Amino acid sequence: MMLGEENKVDFSSKGIMPWIVDNLVTIIFVVFVLWGFSVSKDIKTYFFLSELCNRIFRNSFLVLSLIIPVLAGLGLNFGIVIGAMSGQAAILLVRYFDIGGMGGFLLCFVIAFFFAAICGYFTGKLYNKTRGQEMIASLIVGFFANGIYQFIFLFVVGAVLIVPATHPMIKPDGVGIRMTVDLKTAEEGGLKYALENIYKIPFIQAILIIAVVILIMMVIVYYLNVKNGQAHKNRPISFCFNAVLCIAAAVFSIHVMSVTPKLFNTVYDLNIVAGSLNEKADIEEITSKLKAIVSELNTEAERADEAMAPKFKAVVSDITSKVIPNLDKPNMQRGVLNLIGSSATKLNNVAIERSPNALVANIAQVTTVPVITGVFIIALCIFTMLIMKTKLGQDFRSVGQNQHIAEVSGINVDRTRIIATMISIVLAAWGQLIFLQSVGTLNTYGAHLQIGMFSVAALLVGGASTSKASVKNAIFGVILFNAMFIISPEIGKSLFDQAMLGEYFRSFMVYGVIGAALGIYVWKDIKKSKLDVE
Amino acid sequence: MSDTLLRFSNVTKNYYGNIVLENINFEVHAGEIHALIGENGAGKSTLMNILFGMPVIHSTGGYDGDVIINGEKTLIKSPFEAMDAGIGMVHQEFMLIPGFTITENIKINREITTPNIVSGVLGKRLETLDMIKMDADARKALDTLDMGIEEYTMVAGLPVGHKQFIEIAREIDKTGIKILVFDEPTAVLTESEAQNLLAAVRRLAKLGIGIVFISHRLDEIMDVADRVTVLRDGQHVATKDVKDTDVVEIAQLMIGRKVTLSRVQSDKRKISDEVMLSVKNLHVAMPGEMVRGIDLEVRKGEIIGIGGLAGQGKLGIANGITGTYLATGKVIFNGKPLPLNSPRSTIEAGIAFVSEDRKGVGLLLDESIELNIAFTAMQIHDKFLSNFFGYKVRNDHEIRKHAERMIKDIDIRCNSPMQNTGSLSGGNQQKVCVARALTQNPQFLFVSEPTRGIDIGAKKLILDLLLKLNEEYGMTIVMTSSELAELRSICDKIVIICGGAVEGVLMPEASDAEFGLMMSGSRAHVRGNDK
Repeated sequence: MMLGEENKVDFSSKGIMPWIVDNLVTIIFVVFVLWGFSVSKDIKTYFFLSELCNRIFRNSFLVLSLIIPVLAGLGLNFGIVIGAMSGQAAILLVRYFDIGGMGGFLLCFVIAFFFAAICGYFTGKLYNKTRGQEMIASLIVGFFANGIYQFIFLFVVGAVLIVPATHPMIKPDGVGIRMTVDLKTAEEGGLKYALENIYKIPFIQAILIIAVVILIMMVIVYYLNVKNGQAHKNRPISFCFNAVLCIAAAVFSIHVMSVTPKLFNTVYDLNIVAGSLNEKADIEEITSKLKAIVSELNTEAERADEAMAPKFKAVVSDITSKVIPNLDKPNMQRGVLNLIGSSATKLNNVAIERSPNALVANIAQVTTVPVITGVFIIALCIFTMLIMKTKLGQDFRSVGQNQHIAEVSGINVDRTRIIATMISIVLAAWGQLIFLQSVGTLNTYGAHLQIGMFSVAALLVGGASTSKASVKNAIFGVILFNAMFIISPEIGKSLFDQAMLGEYFRSFMVYGVIGAALGIYVWKDIKKSKLDVE
Repeated sequence: MSDTLLRFSNVTKNYYGNIVLENINFEVHAGEIHALIGENGAGKSTLMNILFGMPVIHSTGGYDGDVIINGEKTLIKSPFEAMDAGIGMVHQEFMLIPGFTITENIKINREITTPNIVSGVLGKRLETLDMIKMDADARKALDTLDMGIEEYTMVAGLPVGHKQFIEIAREIDKTGIKILVFDEPTAVLTESEAQNLLAAVRRLAKLGIGIVFISHRLDEIMDVADRVTVLRDGQHVATKDVKDTDVVEIAQLMIGRKVTLSRVQSDKRKISDEVMLSVKNLHVAMPGEMVRGIDLEVRKGEIIGIGGLAGQGKLGIANGITGTYLATGKVIFNGKPLPLNSPRSTIEAGIAFVSEDRKGVGLLLDESIELNIAFTAMQIHDKFLSNFFGYKVRNDHEIRKHAERMIKDIDIRCNSPMQNTGSLSGGNQQKVCVARALTQNPQFLFVSEPTRGIDIGAKKLILDLLLKLNEEYGMTIVMTSSELAELRSICDKIVIICGGAVEGVLMPEASDAEFGLMMSGSRAHVRGNDK
């Protein structure tokens, strides 16, 4: 969460009131989430963190794609739904020809790039024609593009392009794509978890790595500024504050790792085995893994006291006598899976008992973090920051601040705006690919519909406005917005005994945030242009 | 003289047959400060537009005569060619981006970049900015101007004087700058800021840059310039060495004897001693026309003229009293205090306003003439409305009758009362505005720039109409205008506004030099010399 803290540093010079007004939406959300936590007693920390973690990795890319148009003065680009549709079109194409795995996924990236670049070009042209009304234009063009999308995949596929009705993606009558398309796991030659399952690490390790990486980057930037005579760019107070936060996070995670019972790793291994069994992996490999787990448990049993030892022995006997012999029998698979599941639960309970406190136990149970997706997101953050330091980025800012002055200075304003739109829509297409591989099934006619609204709301929650946005706003916004999303039904459940109420409430929050942010923006604008007698 | 950087020789420009510049000869030497002076509409801006190759010149058929830069005849077709030729302009309105630092503003679209891996593949536009070199360049330009401010300061919130200097720094940072044009650079500055600016201008001239200094402040010109060229109505009146002339002479040359509209006076007018409108310490926040404390008294039956140069605040007075812009102060009308910032109560009190912004505030361009005429009276005075079971309904028949009478009375040339006002000519639009004001039956009329954008024949009609209203109905009129000649033709006295305050009051018969000096705010200075 430290990424967002930098927004909150310098209110010493301006006084507290303007600072509150500037960050009103963010503050409301922080307060709401904290309040939500205090009232919903049932919510399990590990459940909350797992959900949050999943959602962050799914959505960050999409939210980050909104930043460049904001800086280029185009406002909030609701048109990223067009990018999302381009991404889905690419996935449908690749899925149709059954090209799976990492190769297939990279192919999706390439195809989506071309689809999105073409759409982005024309969208950019439209924005230039609707100058001053880009946001409403982007909203409407999204709906319009949705019509074309439906026309193509409900009608053209099948009626114009002849496809076999027997293909699993095609509706039984041979015209149009099905409502939901299973993307199949990467091992089966599909795209599901293509990026996610490459390499995963436990949550607490991810915290450590992120904290260390941010700390190192901050120090490097600080040093470079001093070395190049740009020391005035450094803000020592906020630097110290963030550095302390990073170090605290790192120390905390190291501490948690050292006191977490080793048994959680065994539980984790067991779950992995269950997962790979689902995906029909090599039986010999699974057997060897199970044997390793059994030997670990045996050593645990020897070390454990008399009350504990039988529990380990029971699990060991389950695995050796009932699981390993039945691995190759297809009709026994369900039973085997159940048995592994219940063994994992038993061990998990033991591990929780052994944990020094509830927090450690909770953190240990959070889902694992997909490293490659994380690398993609960090790469996009760095890309967005670096491009703003190039001539093109400076042109984005000039055009965004004042089109007239940019034009007079010889910048090709129209072209710059089109480039900004294209970058945004291509990034959104890629973001949708990352989102879909993480979900695993494609809701053909619905997956893209809410993307624009939700991403915009997340960015605004992070403290951005229609004319100002940064990577920090995006990341902080994704975290806070999704926290609200998870906590809302819980509040409904504990206060009114109805989760639905909370869900209604969260869609109210989404549109409320967008409305409030636009309102505050206009209000500030009026206040700024208000004249005073001299 | 040697080193002639720039010469206009016999430059003539017309817009659709309307000659705005005729045979102008004008030259600037290296290291010289050459002042260019003239009233609004004298042709200064057109001359500079030609120098900068503005599209407005070339889309209207170009110009005749030659522009000679560095001894070579040059045709500049766009502002960028002007930049390449070493001509720079310090704008009156700042071309600065508030959210950028000083460096970023100075270097806008001329950023220094260094290649990186990506730019090798995808082109120059992805090269990284070299902020260190950019800062160094900005520092150098600021140092030339003797400005101590840090180059990485954000422009937003800087005082106006600093912004002006940043504009200058940007121009001198451009390599090979030879000619620098200052367009009324001190208009928005305080006294001390202006002094700093003039010092900087002198310093730049010493570096060998030729400077064109457009200003209406005569003292300043006497102070800083080497030579002065006076334009009047598109004519080149004179070019003089500053040391051979004085403020009075320049003022006289600037105003000159114009074809005055003949002054008609009849005996029927009666001006009473009763003060109808009294204004105390009026401040108005009208952008570009700030009023900074004005006292004014208008007697019943008078026609008062308000004159002054553009941007000095003369337009703000009527706009402030009638409530179109935020105003403070004390206004007493017919013995009763008039609430400010409330257009409705102004109109209800019997004051009508014909705005200078005909197409913005004055008319509903997409509505018919008759509705335009009736509109305000209908809204405020409940005229032209009939009662229909407790609902007020527009009485179209009455509106038509009234409109037809107005069209006949003040001679609006149109096809029918239903014609849209947007399709009328400027003069007829103005008459519709006047007709609308008259429909309110006002006792008091503010008229701003009544003849702006109107041809000479229609001008006379409008002025005659105002005079007739005053004579026949005893209507008190305050007319604001940039055209001194028309003020002098019908007003009883003329209040000259300068720097948002009353500079003085003149009779219409006063001499040109007096008007010239007062409009440029130099009168006090001359008086000081007399003592």
